[in-house]
Amino acid sequence: MSSSVNELVHWDAARLSEALVARVVSSEEVTQAHLDRIAAVDGPAETGVHAFLHVAAESALARAREVDADRAKGAVLGPLAGVPIGVKDVLTTRGMPTTCGSRMLEGWVPPYDATVVRELHAAGLVVLGKTNMDEFAMGSTTEHSAYGPTRNPWDATRVPGGSGGGSAAALAAFEAPLTVGSDTGGSIRQPAALTGTVGVKPTYGGVSRYGLVALASSLDQAGPCARTVLDTALLHAVIAGHDPYDSTSIPADVPDVVGAARQGASGDLTGVRVGVVEELSGEGYEAGVTARFTEAVALLREAGAEVVELSLPNLVHALAAYYLILPSEASSNLAKFDGMRYGLRVTPEGEHVTAEQVMRATRAAGFGDEAKRRIILGTYALSAGYYDAYYGSAQKVRTLVQRDFARAFGQVDVLVSPTAPTTAYRLGEKLDDPLAMYAGDVATIPANLAGIPGMSLPAGLSDDGLPVGLQVLAPQQADDRLYRVGAAVEARLTAQWGGSLLSQVPEWKGVPA
Amino acid sequence: MSAVEETVGYDEAVAQFDPVLGLEVHVELSTATKMFSGAPTEFGAEPNTQVDPVSLGLPGALPVLNAKALESAIRIGLALNCSIASYCRFARKNYFYPDMPKNFQTSQYDEPIAYDGFLDVEVPASEDGTKPAFTYRVDIERAHMEEDTGKSLHVGGSTGRIHGAEYSLVDYNRAGIPLIEIVTRPLTGAGDRVPDVARAYVATLRDLLRALDVSDVKMEQGSLRCDVNLSLRPSPDAPLGTRSETKNVNSLRSVERAVRYEVGRHAAVLRSGAKVVQETRHWHEDTGLTTSGREKSDAEDYRYFPEPDLVPIQPDPAWVESLRATLPEPPAERRRRLTTDWGFSEPEMRDVLNAGALDLVEATVAAGASPATARKWWMGELARRANVEGTELAALPVTPAQVAELQRLVDAGTLTDRLAREALEGVLAGEGSPTEVVASRNLAMVSDDSALTAAVEAVLAANPDVVAKIRGGKPQAAGALIGQVMKEMRGKADAARVRELVLERVGS
Repeated sequence: MSSSVNELVHWDAARLSEALVARVVSSEEVTQAHLDRIAAVDGPAETGVHAFLHVAAESALARAREVDADRAKGAVLGPLAGVPIGVKDVLTTRGMPTTCGSRMLEGWVPPYDATVVRELHAAGLVVLGKTNMDEFAMGSTTEHSAYGPTRNPWDATRVPGGSGGGSAAALAAFEAPLTVGSDTGGSIRQPAALTGTVGVKPTYGGVSRYGLVALASSLDQAGPCARTVLDTALLHAVIAGHDPYDSTSIPADVPDVVGAARQGASGDLTGVRVGVVEELSGEGYEAGVTARFTEAVALLREAGAEVVELSLPNLVHALAAYYLILPSEASSNLAKFDGMRYGLRVTPEGEHVTAEQVMRATRAAGFGDEAKRRIILGTYALSAGYYDAYYGSAQKVRTLVQRDFARAFGQVDVLVSPTAPTTAYRLGEKLDDPLAMYAGDVATIPANLAGIPGMSLPAGLSDDGLPVGLQVLAPQQADDRLYRVGAAVEARLTAQWGGSLLSQVPEWKGVPA
Repeated sequence: MSAVEETVGYDEAVAQFDPVLGLEVHVELSTATKMFSGAPTEFGAEPNTQVDPVSLGLPGALPVLNAKALESAIRIGLALNCSIASYCRFARKNYFYPDMPKNFQTSQYDEPIAYDGFLDVEVPASEDGTKPAFTYRVDIERAHMEEDTGKSLHVGGSTGRIHGAEYSLVDYNRAGIPLIEIVTRPLTGAGDRVPDVARAYVATLRDLLRALDVSDVKMEQGSLRCDVNLSLRPSPDAPLGTRSETKNVNSLRSVERAVRYEVGRHAAVLRSGAKVVQETRHWHEDTGLTTSGREKSDAEDYRYFPEPDLVPIQPDPAWVESLRATLPEPPAERRRRLTTDWGFSEPEMRDVLNAGALDLVEATVAAGASPATARKWWMGELARRANVEGTELAALPVTPAQVAELQRLVDAGTLTDRLAREALEGVLAGEGSPTEVVASRNLAMVSDDSALTAAVEAVLAANPDVVAKIRGGKPQAAGALIGQVMKEMRGKADAARVRELVLERVGS
């Protein structure tokens, strides 16, 4: 670790919170330390981590000073007040560019904040900027960002996962202690696994989607990302809750995730019933991934959990159903990007150019290949004559997947699996093989189809020295169970390792020549 | 513009073919905010001021159903004798157009909030009396909720249409205004009365919606818009023919005329041996013609699917029943009741209805006037004034209570009919209530006999020759004297009493 690195960037949010409350450090110092770190490692886009698409240094420092002033006046602030955070560029931020990683929205500055962003502001968090992502959250590597890929802090030649590679890499590169992501089929959990960080997809409806630019409305869910289970819980508590601006938001109290994380930290899981999902392991999973997963299951037993193997037979159809439902909804959600009201407008040459021609030219120029691929797929799946065979059948599979989970959760409290079948790909490795890339989401997609919460946390390093993630799944509105189990596993593993997994991440040296 | 198409005379057409009608009516609800957001809905506001992230379709914005709009939709469904869905969803209708902020319309597709209803419509007798009045039951297929689109304004070019325009402007104020679309089943059996049925249905529906207080129902402002579907078949037992859909027929008279025109046009096509094209057509108010719009083909695929941003609607049955209790009396029943209560003849009642005076007469009666006098004022002097000023009766600056007050002054002998008209003049001029105008204009009749007697005697003294004529056996000569006394009294005397006094004095 280079001595020029300000130690504050290695602190987790819980520790920063204590120091800020005790006024041992100021938010301005903490914020400046992270801005310096971003300046040191994030750019240039061609060789840096490139976790951020936009850094709002000025507004971040201004906000930090405000929080410091409030605290000096004795104001009672939330536990995370003054802690810096990165926000995935899929959430609208008033006065701050929001691109969704697409040329289509280059230069667009939203006139309103997403509800999640409003909650961050209200809780006193300091928004550092917007994090990189696959275009409109479509991808598993962040290589589909129109602004260039994010690199994995563990190995600059590797991808950080996606679509929320920016949010995950920012944590692993110590550019931010907390980030917000969004997870439609694994976009929070898979990057967490590939970067050795923690990420949670809350119960569908647990966190407001207002201001989360929609990919697939019935699958999208914003959620917290951090370096520890407790930090993730602290952020979860800030952003979750009912929002009258989102009809699909659940009008119920948020489970006590912070309490659950603290309870789990004892490492004791006596009486907790854990199911190992047969369909989410074995063939197709790398040996190093399977090894770390098997050890994690053994650890759960040591912690006192009762572990059983369970079959959820319909999960084998989940990937196919997902890749019909997602493109169908996406084809409709992305129709609004037509050059008429905001963002990119391309006017073709010619005399009597019609609005339709402008729409065509704008969409042809503004969307990347993956976005176009999914728009075409979805348009086809919803077409008259194909609807029943594709979208209709996929919805039936979805119902069967939900029933499988309901049956499983009748027998166990949580389910576990590897988060992803492999460790991080090399940049460019899967770009020409979309089906292979889609297959990387096989373990995360079922939770989105079922609307249940899921967590990924570090399970160790594979033989290639790259992080492996453990996925924990819980029933709807039982997000607290993720945190109890996750915190217990984390406590036992860090004890084994003699520190967090991220203490082993090499200092960033950029892309090798 | 295409050449004027052949038509067959209406009577000839309906003698040969059986017309089948279908009507789709779009009603803009008069909610304070939009269907899926809190944006305001004021009509005629500056362009793009009644908008928010949702009605502009900004990235990230999400719809939330307007509870008042749902309530109105259910009340409309109940008033149309529909079943109310215990579970229904919105769907997305996907197509690209610049005035559609999201490039899909949030609508209801195969799960409407209300379905399977009917509306009994009283079709009046023809004006020449050769065709009698009758009641027609219009079967309602469905009433569903949807959002309106924005409005495009095509600038440059001569026609205001998109073709030939230099550029277009879009106003999103209307985008997201709540709409209810009411769709009839194919209406058969109307025969040669099909234009009258169409008109009577839209008129009855308009009255019903007004009574429900859910919409402004102003056809000229587009808050009630009508699409007319029409087809012909050789006989009532033949299968349905190919239909045309004539869009935006926006007055009652146009509904009648458009049906009549399409009957003649379809007949000409069928007689020539050609096939009617299934298409949308534009109605031209000025020429009374329809012209071909776009062809409706199977290629038009809206890729409907359930709207994932909204939760299914499951109205509590107890709530639905409580809404049923808020329904106004059905207009047809109300008319029958009032006709009987008021003792009006059918033609008298029809005139009141056609003048849009039913509510006014009812309120005037409620304020104490007799039905006959209430009708006399509204259909007489006030109708004349409205006509002169080119306004609607309800827009005149006089209230039913003031009309009733005026009549009370007549009944009490304070005003003659002529004085009452003068008092009304003052009320319409904004001079206050009838009583105030009578006072300020000094209109009250002189009932004091001594003042009258003095005036009579003065006139008699000034006209000895006339007095002599009367005495000589020509009592009709008294008319001139009475006229002079009335003039002297500036009209504020009871002419009958003056006549009594004159004859009494001359005879004595």
